[in-house]
Amino acid sequence: MTTTTRTPRRAGAETGSPQPSRLAAIRRAARLSLVHARFNLLETVRVPIAVIGSLVFPALALLFFVVPQRAVADDPLFATQAVISLSVFAIMSNGLFGYGISIAENREKPWDPYLRTLPAPGIVRVAGLVLATGTLGLVAIVPLVVIGALATAAEASAVQIVLGFVMLGLSGLPSMFIGMAIGLTFPSKAAIAVVQVIMFALAFGGGLFLPPMMFPAWLDALSRFLPTRQARELVIWAVQGGSLEWWAPVGALVSTGLLLALVLVLMRRDQGRRFR
Amino acid sequence: MTTQDTTTDTRPLARLTGVSRRFGDVVALDDVSLDIAPGSIVGLLGPNGAGKTTLLSLLEGRRRATSGRVEIFGLAPDDPRARQRLGCTPQETGLPDTLRVSEVLDFVAAHFDDAADRGTIAAEFGLEPLMRKQTGALSGGQKRRLAVALAFIGNPRLVLLDEPTTGLDVDARHTLWSALRRQHERGATIVVTSHYLEEIEALAERVVVMGNGRVLADDDLAGVLGRVGLRRVTLDRVDPERVRSLDGVVRVDDVDPAAAASGVTVWVRDSDAFVRSLVVSGAPFEGLAVRRATLEEAFLTLTSDADASPAITSHERMSA
Repeated sequence: MTTTTRTPRRAGAETGSPQPSRLAAIRRAARLSLVHARFNLLETVRVPIAVIGSLVFPALALLFFVVPQRAVADDPLFATQAVISLSVFAIMSNGLFGYGISIAENREKPWDPYLRTLPAPGIVRVAGLVLATGTLGLVAIVPLVVIGALATAAEASAVQIVLGFVMLGLSGLPSMFIGMAIGLTFPSKAAIAVVQVIMFALAFGGGLFLPPMMFPAWLDALSRFLPTRQARELVIWAVQGGSLEWWAPVGALVSTGLLLALVLVLMRRDQGRRFR
Repeated sequence: MTTQDTTTDTRPLARLTGVSRRFGDVVALDDVSLDIAPGSIVGLLGPNGAGKTTLLSLLEGRRRATSGRVEIFGLAPDDPRARQRLGCTPQETGLPDTLRVSEVLDFVAAHFDDAADRGTIAAEFGLEPLMRKQTGALSGGQKRRLAVALAFIGNPRLVLLDEPTTGLDVDARHTLWSALRRQHERGATIVVTSHYLEEIEALAERVVVMGNGRVLADDDLAGVLGRVGLRRVTLDRVDPERVRSLDGVVRVDDVDPAAAASGVTVWVRDSDAFVRSLVVSGAPFEGLAVRRATLEEAFLTLTSDADASPAITSHERMSA
């Protein structure tokens, strides 16, 4: 009964000391992540208006901001980039709102502290949320692509679109983690305000509303540090090909890693929001 | 009072060693040491703010102690493996509104390696007719039953229940109690907090009384009842000094002789015996009224006792 030593946790499965059950632990965490994702989606889908909102918003933005500007809409290169920029914006706002606000709200409800008592490592709840909200975010891109194909000169082959979706999912991770960090740090009312400020900063700064070629040099240099700018370049590269500047993938990997670490630390530290 | 438990393994399921927890300036737990041995139903009794919920939240791994050591099954509670055999319940019956009862049970069961059969648990807690309902459509009592059922879906060895029957009517409360007793007979060790003495009387074998973040008493049910089961007797126009000398008087709330005329409150263990000896003593009195002391009042007397003498603990005996 020597019990004082802390045994390695399954949460960081990649760091634990080698043990026979490690693979089983990872498999178990993956299975539980899918369970969490399934029930998260089920909860969301039961309130259909929530889904419709995130499905319609990016498509409306395309209709109002891009389609009427024929100089952009009739140029295949610019139109495609505009669709991509709005897709990145859709994924980002879905990530920021979907996590920032829902996590902040959940932390104020008694169900969330209860989930923390279940025998699952913290990463399971993160992964479940990422899968569920990420799936919804990707579904929201579909109408955007359809409108882009029908009402603008944007063009991409089926393979390019698939590649674009994969890259969108991957490069959207940092904004999901930013959302989670906000949700874990602020109460829900503050989270709404913080999310809105950060969303517009990331969207403009990342060249999602105005293309970066219209930026002054200093803003362009600053913009390269933003995950949204990195995501934009990565998705454009995945869909349109061409050259990719080194800072986009490196920056995306670094920000994904750092933000994930931040989220896990915040989750471990989080002891729920309590009123005393 | 100990149950004849058949378990040979009597290592504690949970252990707190010198645990304190502060929230800013407020000391919620103050140097608490406690062992939960397998086999019993332990009642954690105390007024609001005594530290019961904080104690459970430390065992559940939801919060960390400011100082001291908390273990469940020999591991730190924030290790998910330690919680594989632990059953907890959401507070304030907070359940995800849009999920169905069956879905909530399945979701929670998916976390446990050796989950109980869903149908059995549903039958046990009277949830069978409700399985297709969304939890938002359940009544308060139904939500409470589901919340408690969740604590048992993982076939736990140790179950922590925080005020499981708050807000239930008498019938619902008794139904839930008998479900808890059946689960206990199947081998679950249960820690239940309450500020109702009645609930603790109905369920617990061992009772831990808490107040101001400390363990005031840790004894079997009879032992604690002897200490907390007080009667409050009020009298007018009586000489407090004569009352004080009578049998079974725990405390007389009167010091100022001038106030004697307006009334005296006497705390006694056996009000019948007290009244008999009062009458026999021939002391004049008026307006006698007797009622059971509320727990709050009993705790107050207990706390002032505890300041004078150390808290009674006999959990060595209980856990043997």
